[in-house]
Amino acid sequence: MSIKKILPHPILSLFLWGIWLLLNNDFSAGHIVLGFILAWIIPMFTSSFWPEKVCLKHPVTLLKFLGIVLWDILVANVTVAKLILGKTDHLQPGFLTIDLDIKHPLGISFLANTISLTPGTVSCDLSSDRKQLLVHALHIEDAAETIQEIKQRYEHPLMEVFPTC
Amino acid sequence: MFEILLALLIIIGAIFTLIGSFGLFKLPDFFMRLHGPTKATTLGVGAILIASALYFSFEKNTLSLHELLITLFLFITAPVSAHLMAKAAMHIKVKQLKKTQNRIE
Repeated sequence: MSIKKILPHPILSLFLWGIWLLLNNDFSAGHIVLGFILAWIIPMFTSSFWPEKVCLKHPVTLLKFLGIVLWDILVANVTVAKLILGKTDHLQPGFLTIDLDIKHPLGISFLANTISLTPGTVSCDLSSDRKQLLVHALHIEDAAETIQEIKQRYEHPLMEVFPTC
Repeated sequence: MFEILLALLIIIGAIFTLIGSFGLFKLPDFFMRLHGPTKATTLGVGAILIASALYFSFEKNTLSLHELLITLFLFITAPVSAHLMAKAAMHIKVKQLKKTQNRIE
């Protein structure tokens, strides 16, 4: 039997294992073994839910990306708090359309989630051909610059991590 | 010292959660109100969870990390629910503020 048959979704298994241990809040040997068995069996039985192949490249880039996002979430919270507490009459809300270069569905959902969690933007809609993402911004100073920053800061690293395969 | 740190974290969390809810009340249109709960509250809940993880890990001397899971679930669900609400709002054509740039008709 090939490794693909025994372990169809290694990343999912790893996540399940971690989540099992955290849910029990107990890192004893018994739970490590039980969690390992569950993490191995569950992806096998649910494999029809996961039709897409996920290949993760450049894990270091992913870690760096997560670091940047966590920092941006901190900054976003303070920025949005300031905007809320300040005078709301001056706010310039608006919709932005971002042309997506990233193709992988998981990458797109990562990008959309990141946009929603970071400074002053919420992702609203994805066009049916998965090429454009509609984003609502709480306060826009320069639309082109905001789009450029999102592409540079979030989309490029995600494209490296989730290539089409 | 440790208690001061915990108290600070909890107060920061409470303040940000309050600001997030205040945003719901203060911002003028639906799409702008979406920004309050998706952002201001992540830090609010985050700070309280860090305080909880620190307290139970150090005071009770047992490693307590299941707070991490709450953070994970929050980060997964908050943007998704915001996205769904925005989509539904666009579908039923909720009123948008007049000055919104590139208004969706």
